[in-house]
Amino acid sequence: MLYKRRDFIRISGITAAGSLVIPSLLQSCKGSALSGNFSTYLDHFEVTPELLKKVIRIAMSKGGDYADLYFEHTLNNYSNLEDGKVNQASSNVTYGVGIRVLKGDQTGYAFTEIISPEAMIKAANTAASIANDTGKTIIENISEYTAPNLYPVTTSWEDTSVKDKIPFLERVNEKIFGLDPKVTKVNASIGDTTSYILFYNSEGLLACDYRPLVYLNATCVMEKDGRIENFGVSSSARMGSEFLTNDLVDTLAKDAVEKTNLQFEAGKPKAGEMEVVMSSGESGILLHEAIGHSFEADYNRKETSIFSDKLNKKVAENFITIVDDGTLPSNRGSLNFDDEGSPTENTVIVKDGLLTSYLHDRISAAYYKVKPTGNGRRQSFRFMPVPRMRCTRMENGPHKKEEIIASVKNGIYVDSFSNGQVNTGQGDFTFFVKAGYIIENGKLTMPIKDINIIGNGPQALADIVMAANDTKLADGTWTCGKAGQSVPVTMGLPTVKIKKLVVGGVNA
Amino acid sequence: MNTQEKYNLAEQVIAHALKNGAQQASVSIYESRSSEIEIRDQQIDKLSESNRNNMTINLYVDKKYSSHSTNRMKKDELMKFVDEGIAATRYLAEDEYRMLPGPELYYKGGGSDLNVIDSSIASIETPVKIDLAKAVLNEAFKKDGRIISVTSSYSDSLSNSVLVTSNGFKGDSARSNVDLYAEISVKTDKGRPSDYWYESALFFDKLKKTDIGKKALERTLKKIGPTKISSGKYPMIMENRVAANLLSPVFSALQGYSLYQKQSFLAGKKDQPVASKVLTIFDDPAIPSGPGSRYFDGEGLALAKRPIIEEGVLRSYYIDTYYGRKLGMDPTSGSITNVVFRLGDRDMDGMIKSLKKGILVTGFNGGNCNGSTGDFSYGIEGYLVENGAIIHPVNEMNITGNMTQIWMNLAEAGNDIIEGSSFRVPSLMIDNVDFSGI
Repeated sequence: MLYKRRDFIRISGITAAGSLVIPSLLQSCKGSALSGNFSTYLDHFEVTPELLKKVIRIAMSKGGDYADLYFEHTLNNYSNLEDGKVNQASSNVTYGVGIRVLKGDQTGYAFTEIISPEAMIKAANTAASIANDTGKTIIENISEYTAPNLYPVTTSWEDTSVKDKIPFLERVNEKIFGLDPKVTKVNASIGDTTSYILFYNSEGLLACDYRPLVYLNATCVMEKDGRIENFGVSSSARMGSEFLTNDLVDTLAKDAVEKTNLQFEAGKPKAGEMEVVMSSGESGILLHEAIGHSFEADYNRKETSIFSDKLNKKVAENFITIVDDGTLPSNRGSLNFDDEGSPTENTVIVKDGLLTSYLHDRISAAYYKVKPTGNGRRQSFRFMPVPRMRCTRMENGPHKKEEIIASVKNGIYVDSFSNGQVNTGQGDFTFFVKAGYIIENGKLTMPIKDINIIGNGPQALADIVMAANDTKLADGTWTCGKAGQSVPVTMGLPTVKIKKLVVGGVNA
Repeated sequence: MNTQEKYNLAEQVIAHALKNGAQQASVSIYESRSSEIEIRDQQIDKLSESNRNNMTINLYVDKKYSSHSTNRMKKDELMKFVDEGIAATRYLAEDEYRMLPGPELYYKGGGSDLNVIDSSIASIETPVKIDLAKAVLNEAFKKDGRIISVTSSYSDSLSNSVLVTSNGFKGDSARSNVDLYAEISVKTDKGRPSDYWYESALFFDKLKKTDIGKKALERTLKKIGPTKISSGKYPMIMENRVAANLLSPVFSALQGYSLYQKQSFLAGKKDQPVASKVLTIFDDPAIPSGPGSRYFDGEGLALAKRPIIEEGVLRSYYIDTYYGRKLGMDPTSGSITNVVFRLGDRDMDGMIKSLKKGILVTGFNGGNCNGSTGDFSYGIEGYLVENGAIIHPVNEMNITGNMTQIWMNLAEAGNDIIEGSSFRVPSLMIDNVDFSGI
């Protein structure tokens, strides 16, 4: 399941304002032999290498094969403009440690929000109980993981007050109102998140990460002849407050006004099966829903995915290569390492039409006897990691956008979406189209909106009969939900044509 | 923390906020514990336990407002947290509509016992939970050669919270929940259909503990070999288990926020027909052991049973204090409690028996609704019904239309609600729905 931040906010209520309390940060290294950054993180969470080792020993004491500790301190800030004024702000602080024990593909899990030796030992005992055996020897030599720096920050969110965000929100309001007299309401919000992560496991791996994340959302409402239409736009990245620029605001404002205007002209297509052209960029939702989830190896290990017996088989035309990339600089979906200490990578899942890899966490990688692909992710320390996507994108194909559109007699062209979903076993996937056009005799004609499209994953992948050379990443605030956990993701696609999908619409 | 300790901490935080620049404040403290055991095939797949707590502080400073929450409950740190919150609030624009509710609207006590907490859940031993989940699993395990995966789970939770406001509200509430769940996948020539069943209750003793794996298996096997049928307008029967999906855009459009933001297709429709005469819905916060039952909402407002839609006519919105002031409307509470239908006189099977040709919808797959216009389009799965009988499963189809139109076309509400859900929605029969297929 996938949805834009805008829809998510409404479900979960507001979070976030100004700088917040960070306990005991940047104290001196208390005599441990660790390098500076690691010592800072240990001090931040008020733990020592000896305590980490002790908790791991307890976690492994009943015969677990593997254990890890995931410390997290996350600060969220949210500020919102309504009626031309920034008069709503909220903040949230989340702090704790999750303790996991693996025994084969079984998981024991517990977390505590109080990081004290007693609370950690209690949680470690709970997690340990997944196994029922005698303890094994564990590695106690700490190896420091040197992570890449995929999201360098110029100005951190802790150094940015709500005061610094207000001018950008006010500019969104002014720009959108200035572009069209039909505008009656503007909502704009900025949400930023800063996470400190400290990770230690029974293999002695010690890793730490500083994860920034920000989005800017804007919703434009217009009225014309008694009719009301709205459209929301957004942009997101793993950046500090250098993310906020006048150029970004102006681009989003222009996009919001144009897309809202189109809604007044839009109708519904005829219901039924037809050719569908998906624009470059945000249409990557196709990859996320049609195949991405079904490639997540937990489903395949349990044989509950429609792609379970398709490894190394041809699943698409030869010109199609699809990757799930966790290494794009400053990308919303990127991580310096995943949430179980594995390096992230650019995982090729379809190479020249062949299914080459699933998306693995530690459990599924051990099951398939391959290296983890760095897809083990979790919403927070309160959750156990499962295989999740990062940035799922298709590389360039041999065709041209113009020739793709020209090749369609009766079909639709789609380019903006709000959400999608998939049933991984049967393979049926959907995505909801916020804006697009009907194609008649090779030409875009009437705009369309608010229709659902449904297809079958393996069939749709095989039915991608054309792909253009204009691949593009989408930078919207996409959030993926699975097993009750939400994580930030992105996607990308060149213009493609799918031979046949079921388009929601009207019947004569 | 026990309830009294929570009250004490909340009052200290409020006192600190008032002393340091806030004119009003409210504090809620929430605490929960939960456990979950998941069994796959015959082995424990996941075992987890958690305890969480959270404090939310709403600050009203010089006509400005902000809200802050944290799970770090150390007193000295909380006071610093409030100070920083007050400092941040001062940067914001004034908002004359932000203030606490009038004290006359608060719940003042005296409600009859809602019976929503089973404290005994805390003392259920892990082996008992494992045995229950295993019994659910064994109802389906190896009961059919096509099965590739059977997963069952037991989960429970206990939560409690207090709310204190600086203008006189003090209230606490607690709730328990226990669930058993089964999910089954089977392998066929075309795809691996799966389905689930669950039972949910507030009290351990009231939880139905049998026929969960069995029902999940029956439902999964019935889904084998789906095909889509021709696009067209068909009557639709919507199974009670999923009917709340069709109702959620209506409840979203009834919120004060949506009305104010012009994202509600029900704006300005009070006392006007918005659905067929068959539809009567109440919001009832006082159902004994109702999953949505409560005395007061998140602001402390007293709750009472009220009609939302009566014989198709819109009677009431969900208006919280803030948007009530902005819209010039009396607050009704923005919280949805238990949604209660006026029931018809037959169940889903009865409706199927009288249907000449139509589609029974048993599951949704994505889709969305435009809140401003009510235009919707959803992916569905279900069954083709002809001459009173289920013919074959259907999938990969969409329903598309407008919310007002589809509720105007409501022909019948059944008598078969699902207990254990706060949306007590029966199976529904709706005429003339646009389906897209082949």
